[in-house]
Amino acid sequence: MPSDALATSARPFAPRRSLIAQNPSVLWFLLALALFTLGVTVLAEMGLVSTSMVKTLGKTLCLCLVAVAMDVVWGYCGILSLGHMAFFGIGGYAIGMWLMYARTEIIVTTSLAAAPIPPTPEEIVDAVGTQIFGVVGSSEFPWLWAFADSLALQLLMVVLVPGLLALVFGWLAFRSRVTGVYLSILTQAMTLALSLWLFQNDTGLRGNNGLSGLQNIPGYDHVPQSTVSLVFFWASAAALAAGYLLFAWVVSGKFGSVIRGIRDNEARVRFLGYHVEHYKLFVFTLTAVVAGIAGALYYPQAGIINPAEIAPIASIYLAVWVAIGGRGRLYGAAIGAAFVSLLSSWFTGGGAPDIDLGFYRIQWTDWWLVLLGLSFVAVTLLAPKGIGGLFDLIPGRRTPDRQGDYGPDDGAWRREEGTE
Amino acid sequence: MLRALLAALAALVLVAAPVAAQDLQSVLQEHREGVENPSRRSVGVVIEALIAADPPGVQTFLERWQDREVWVRKADGLFFYTAPGEGGALTLLDIATGDPAGTAARDELGEVRPNGGVRREIAGALVRFQLSDPDPRARSAALTSIARNPSADQIEPLRASIADDPDPALKAAKERLAAILTARFGENTAERVAAIETLSNDIGLETRAALNQILAVSPGVGTTLPPGANIARELRPGSEALSAAEAYGRLVDAGLAPAPVARDRIKEVLAANIVDGRVAGIPVATLDTEARREEAYDRLAETGAVPPFLTEAERQAAIAAHVFYEAYAEPDAAVTDAARAALTEVDLRVGANQTADIALDALSLASIYFLAAIGLAITFGVMGVINMAHGEFIMMGAYTGYVVQLFVPDYTLSILIALPLAFAVTFGAGVAMERLVIRWLYRRPLETLLATFGISIALQQLAKNIFGTQARPLTAPAWLDGQLVINEIVAISYIRIAIFVLALVFLGLILFVLKRTRLGLEVRAVTQNPGMAASMGINPDRINMLTFGLGSGIAGIAGVAIGLYAKVTSEMGSDYIVQSFMTVVVGGVGNVWGTLAGATLIGVLQKGIEWVYPSNTLAAQTFMILFIILFIQVRPRGIVALKGRAAEA
Amino acid sequence: MTALLEVSGVSVTFDGFRAINNLSIQIGEPELRAVIGPNGAGKTTFMDIVTGKTRPDEGRVLWGERSVSLLRMSESQIARAGIGRKFQKPTVFEDQTVRENLAMALRNPRGPLAVLFHRKTPEGAARIESIAEEIGLLPALPRKAGELSHGQKQWLEIGMLLAQDPRLLLVDEPAAGMTPAEREHTTELLKRIARSRAVVVVEHDMEFVRRLDCKVTVLHEGSVLAEGTLDHVTRNQQVIDVYLGR
Repeated sequence: MPSDALATSARPFAPRRSLIAQNPSVLWFLLALALFTLGVTVLAEMGLVSTSMVKTLGKTLCLCLVAVAMDVVWGYCGILSLGHMAFFGIGGYAIGMWLMYARTEIIVTTSLAAAPIPPTPEEIVDAVGTQIFGVVGSSEFPWLWAFADSLALQLLMVVLVPGLLALVFGWLAFRSRVTGVYLSILTQAMTLALSLWLFQNDTGLRGNNGLSGLQNIPGYDHVPQSTVSLVFFWASAAALAAGYLLFAWVVSGKFGSVIRGIRDNEARVRFLGYHVEHYKLFVFTLTAVVAGIAGALYYPQAGIINPAEIAPIASIYLAVWVAIGGRGRLYGAAIGAAFVSLLSSWFTGGGAPDIDLGFYRIQWTDWWLVLLGLSFVAVTLLAPKGIGGLFDLIPGRRTPDRQGDYGPDDGAWRREEGTE
Repeated sequence: MLRALLAALAALVLVAAPVAAQDLQSVLQEHREGVENPSRRSVGVVIEALIAADPPGVQTFLERWQDREVWVRKADGLFFYTAPGEGGALTLLDIATGDPAGTAARDELGEVRPNGGVRREIAGALVRFQLSDPDPRARSAALTSIARNPSADQIEPLRASIADDPDPALKAAKERLAAILTARFGENTAERVAAIETLSNDIGLETRAALNQILAVSPGVGTTLPPGANIARELRPGSEALSAAEAYGRLVDAGLAPAPVARDRIKEVLAANIVDGRVAGIPVATLDTEARREEAYDRLAETGAVPPFLTEAERQAAIAAHVFYEAYAEPDAAVTDAARAALTEVDLRVGANQTADIALDALSLASIYFLAAIGLAITFGVMGVINMAHGEFIMMGAYTGYVVQLFVPDYTLSILIALPLAFAVTFGAGVAMERLVIRWLYRRPLETLLATFGISIALQQLAKNIFGTQARPLTAPAWLDGQLVINEIVAISYIRIAIFVLALVFLGLILFVLKRTRLGLEVRAVTQNPGMAASMGINPDRINMLTFGLGSGIAGIAGVAIGLYAKVTSEMGSDYIVQSFMTVVVGGVGNVWGTLAGATLIGVLQKGIEWVYPSNTLAAQTFMILFIILFIQVRPRGIVALKGRAAEA
Repeated sequence: MTALLEVSGVSVTFDGFRAINNLSIQIGEPELRAVIGPNGAGKTTFMDIVTGKTRPDEGRVLWGERSVSLLRMSESQIARAGIGRKFQKPTVFEDQTVRENLAMALRNPRGPLAVLFHRKTPEGAARIESIAEEIGLLPALPRKAGELSHGQKQWLEIGMLLAQDPRLLLVDEPAAGMTPAEREHTTELLKRIARSRAVVVVEHDMEFVRRLDCKVTVLHEGSVLAEGTLDHVTRNQQVIDVYLGR
């Protein structure tokens, strides 16, 4: 290790090599992801993996991506955000608006084409509006949908809206030095406000009906769902790979050093001359944008999005995944998200066999949440390194990602500044 | 007495009534045709005659007539009531006295069957009698009936019945109704204006309805304002009150302008005139803009095949040539002016009272938030421990109340048992949680937050598994039913008052425990300096355990209180947890008064926003959370902020 | 010698307790100054005010040739302006290597984007190594700071202060937990630094202060009780009263 560090400084202009050299786990992760993607593709082509399973796996990859983002903001920067699934949902809504608009437009145009007189553009828009907003008793397009007819602009929204929301919210929160549990509660309040707002019918996003039919890609109706699902699966895998690389780069090197410093002792970093708020804002916004992208890939595979997806509980589950997977290491977050979400759908989907205790029959559809809650408590208490901690047991392995005491929290909650 | 009253009443109704006392049968015989085959129009004469003569038994007769229990003997045309007699025959009863008057076979008699319209007229006449009925319920029903269907001729009997009414409440109601009737149907302007002025002191719904009825307007249009009409206002077309399209629509409705050719009609006409894929020479495929379609239509109109398309300029000219107005149905301007003034005053009063009502609502909401949050404030503020399962402790308290009610059917007793039991149950749960989980996580608040969240998820699902997903009732004792009515607008339910009192009691209790007891002293010592406290013989472990238990126990009691007015579900905890945190954060951590201030602010704010957006509680909550996020910008440490070195961190 | 830092008429009250009471101190550049005083004299609060952690109720804190007020600047701005601080309890980033700790403190652009795209340079590495050599931690560069002994953490903290390259160093009890030899070294180091910069040392240990051989300011109840050489202030009757008790 000393030779390694010196060697790095002797070859300062090879950052990419040093990224992989510093974090061999990046290489392993990407390799495993590539193998997994190929394997699933081959099995799907052979018909051994069903289309719905491909969709589930593709969705899981998106969840892994948002979990990795969550790990950066929480595990590395020490901000326990209970609002990142809101950004995920916003990404889903942004892409969902285009999907729904474009598809409805095609349907409407087709049906109007049979009329003797060709429809005017206004008539098409009116008919689309009636189709989409009929369920909430309206036919007017709200201002939110101004760009819904343009894929390019909506894709921009996927990045822009979560980014701007995170920027404004983060600026307000960090600027007034809201930290620790206060910040967590505040982010939770933000999520709650957003979901309540979306639940209203007059918001313009179809209230609790949400957006549906997102699995149908406009203009590609002739392509079978099995192919569409594979394309999205690949896109999700590529996004996860790109996101993983991005975050691995961000948390390595000096920037990573500074944000981990902020996690462990914010005040000290400040006295070193770093503008802590700017760093937090940067990390918060960047991860929000990635969460938005993950959401934009997730919801076309899920087919439907509604405000319940943005409810505070979703963001808490995100924290649970990261904690169970092991925070402070990117692959831990990804493993946690995949493990818990797949296990959750196995248990709640009736996949797990019931346990007959003689006097009582444990049905996992009812008891899974109890098990999850309690095992989460157990992980927090007994295995703070989570599943990722298992990798530390591999003999002879260096653990460059994280070591030492798990306590961003000593720094996060300071009743009295005991540092002088 | 009653008889005399009725006589006086009848005399008032028809001043020129014949003085000679007639008996009932002879009055009826005089109007025999009208009684036997009454129509809606003719029945009025009969009723007037009956009331004028006022023979004994007239009220009973009207009631029986209405109920189709009057028979006529075909032989002589006399009217009787009947009772079942022997051998299928009917016993005849005299209509004046009710005494038996012989028997008759069924086919000797004819049934008098007034139709629905007639029966309503009879009922209207009966109201006069009911207004002086000895039974207050009957009098009250009569008032309701008049209020529902007011008319001019009810004024006199109503006024006449006021003076002798022994019940002051009914008397006041009669006076008000009389004023309302006078305001609407009074004989002259002065009388009506006077009545309207008395109404301006009243905020009742009926009063406002009556005033609004006087002020009812109907839209009108003409080349000039109609002379003599009581114009409410003139409308300018194109303004917010009347769009240009609506104005033109009114012209069309009034037959003052030709109907415009609607867009859909254009389309139909074009579709009907397609010749070889062209309409008037324009290819159909290019008709995909409004302008192009209008062009094609114009060409068709030139050929005379269809009526000409109305241009925008023609439409505007038609609108400009007319005046649009709203006119009062009430012709008397003095009356409408008075009514408008009275309504303004009433609205002002109503507004003030609504504010008072909302203030009461806000206060009761604040006391609920206070109860929900104070336990959290203790654990969060005093120990620095964040307990996300606090909401589930509230739920546990509520379910404890529900279970107690399963075993103790007496609601008063069951609530008295449930309150301490809920405290005990959640105290125990809190202590267990502190010992098993939180103790290991002191100084790691984010992990405490997550671990307690795990517990919250598990507890919520556990409750769902045990009690099911449907809401369970927690019934308040009967003496808490109903509400304290201050006037028609300001009212507060007794349950809310009870919760308010409970919140006050707990405020006092907690202040007492923290400031005046040994436990409170030790808690404060451990809060300020655990090391020093330990060295002075205080066991911080024990204090932490008790503090946590206390906070959780109060959550249990809050759960019983909340369960009383809301339903008990496994998710009720999560409804309160965010609000509770907001209350603590806004109020300022570590201070009971801060929690009180936070709860008051949030309660008032929520009700205030709900008032501004009445139909939308979701919007209210959204705005509230936004407000709180902004509030923290201004006062990051809450309303009641700690000062000094501890707060500088 | 011009005044680099001028604190004048500063007062702070915590919950009615006057921690700093009309305090005025001037520090020149270069200068070595020792600040002594009994517990609660306001030594740490003085540092808190200068570094922007605590806002005074009244008074002025001016900095540099252009006499910029520090009161309107944030902690990080003050640090970037050239004021470095070493805490009483060593606060290094225990989860990171000694090299990372030093690299973070190194005088470089501090903005997030600049740091994100920061590339390691041979000059930076050389500077880290020379500082590490100075503080005796060269072999420990790749080790986690958390694995260091208490004394080594003190040194690392001093090293981070050096890496910051500040004009004014506020050093809180640098010698605590050090061996006599290390104290000697620290004294030498501080004196050497003070040749080109301003150094303010807060210390309890009179022997250490004596070895620093510099101007001494005695604080008591939030204001200056005496100022001068150590011999001068130790002869002052008030100082004797305060230290020995009346």
